[in-house]
Amino acid sequence: MLNSYGPIVIFFIIAAAFPIVTLWVMKFIRPKFIPTPEKVMPYECGITPESDARGRYTVRFYIVAILFVIFDVETIFLFPWAVQFQVLGLFGLVEMMVFLGILIVGYIWLWKRGALEWI
Amino acid sequence: MSTVQASDFICILPQIILSGFAILVMVFEPFVPAARRVMLGWFALFAVASAGAALAWTSTLPGTAFGGSVEASFFSIFFMALFLLVAALCLLGSFDYLARDHVQHGEYYALILMATVGMCFMASSTELILVFLGLEISSISTYILAGFKRQDALSNESALKYFLLGSFATAFFLYGIAFVYGLSGTTNLTALAERIHAQSSPPIMLWVALLLMFIGLAFKVSTAPFHVWTPDVYQGAPAPVTAFLSVGPKAAAFAVMLRVFLVTFAGEGAVLFWLLWISAALTMIIGNLGALAQTNVKRMLAYSAIAHAGYVLVGLATGGEEGSASVMFYLLVYALMNVGAFLLIAHLAGTGEHWTNIEDFRGLGFERPGVAACLTALMLSLGGFPTTAGFLGKFYLFRAAVGAGLTGLTVIAVVTSVISVYYYLRLVVVMYMQEGTPQAPSAPMPWPLRVALAVCVAGIFLLGLFPGNVLTLAHLAAMPLP
Repeated sequence: MLNSYGPIVIFFIIAAAFPIVTLWVMKFIRPKFIPTPEKVMPYECGITPESDARGRYTVRFYIVAILFVIFDVETIFLFPWAVQFQVLGLFGLVEMMVFLGILIVGYIWLWKRGALEWI
Repeated sequence: MSTVQASDFICILPQIILSGFAILVMVFEPFVPAARRVMLGWFALFAVASAGAALAWTSTLPGTAFGGSVEASFFSIFFMALFLLVAALCLLGSFDYLARDHVQHGEYYALILMATVGMCFMASSTELILVFLGLEISSISTYILAGFKRQDALSNESALKYFLLGSFATAFFLYGIAFVYGLSGTTNLTALAERIHAQSSPPIMLWVALLLMFIGLAFKVSTAPFHVWTPDVYQGAPAPVTAFLSVGPKAAAFAVMLRVFLVTFAGEGAVLFWLLWISAALTMIIGNLGALAQTNVKRMLAYSAIAHAGYVLVGLATGGEEGSASVMFYLLVYALMNVGAFLLIAHLAGTGEHWTNIEDFRGLGFERPGVAACLTALMLSLGGFPTTAGFLGKFYLFRAAVGAGLTGLTVIAVVTSVISVYYYLRLVVVMYMQEGTPQAPSAPMPWPLRVALAVCVAGIFLLGLFPGNVLTLAHLAAMPLP
């Protein structure tokens, strides 16, 4: 049983060794790093950075993002069903309608609760 | 796909009803004006009652469904009935609490129903993946419930702690399942047992898998050394929620433990036995000694809940039909007394739960004799006094343990439960023998809460004096377990 884990162990060793060895070898090959203001600046397609990347943005986006995730997952579930529609038949259709029904209920709920309003 | 039949759905009808009603409660919530939200609570209670009726019907049609991943047996029905009872009691105790603390939202009732669905699946499933899903459904619902008082810092702390540590622990459980699958190629508990017993010498990896699964479940039932979250979470969560999560998820995790450890991994007796032995001893000692030092009633009951998990572990270490039956009987008794105690404290603590120190109950025995008598009965039962169910529950557990030759563990159990009498009685002493007026404003007790408490207290004495019928049921439920 344990033998079947052997390749995984080897994989982990190689995965860990690869960056270590590369960085160590590069130390001898690459030219010496001299920091200048241009070099340590965050890279934004050659344009001078506009502001701090850790800026604050409004919490309203959070709700939008969460809603997006929910309905995004819904679509992901629709795809395999659509591909296998012939095989799954009536059972698949009913099952999918139940799933969509629950999500629509969620949609009604969040609409009524005002989650879609941009206050 | 075509193998799904109507009988499969009948087998999980209680869960379907609970889920359906939970969704309905959520939809109705925004349409119901805030002043009448308690109606949603009654609706949820109706859902629990319907699920109970469905359960009664399902119990006449035992069998497995969905390709052997869910079963309806005496075992699952015993536990599901227990969960429905706990849900109903907590709902009854929540109506006026939520209104008093200005958190009367319909989501509360929907989450209680969803958590119950998860727990039912934990008890009825014979498939590790489904057990895990049930664990997650019940856990996520209770994480939210713990932080239901959004304006309250303690409640938020409780939810965050419970969520972070809880999700960490479920990851352990899932990792254990992954190892089991890697070793045997199946997650079905029945098939798993056959494949494990077929091997002459179990691989060491199986013990790793067992340990990982044990850690995940030990967190849920809060046994030492995975108990550190319990006092903070139980203290911060709204008291009716504490009543729910100190009983429901705990009993569900014990159901999984019984099924997985005593049936599927019965062959690993020696390793498992010492794991349970050490865990039980540690839990009883830490729980009972920890409770001695508490000044807050909710924290004290949290440590007492840890100690009670230790007593149940004694039954698990015993194993066999005796051990399993006494575990189930004890879980029922524990549910009644713990839910009762927390609901009573939810009422006595007053708005915002300001008065939860033991000293705040001074003179309660003279001001409100009925309430004090109830609390005394619950404390005596928790301490294990004769004529109460707490005594008989412990008696059966310890008798089974002695019968199986676990004398050392039983001695620890008895000594620690004698220690526990001190802190239970301290509350009684404060109520009856110290001068003063109770701190909390003495609002009249709302009648739904009265009903819930009456059920708890009556149940304690009924089970304490006439345990025969329920004990027979517990034995029937434990019969398929070895």
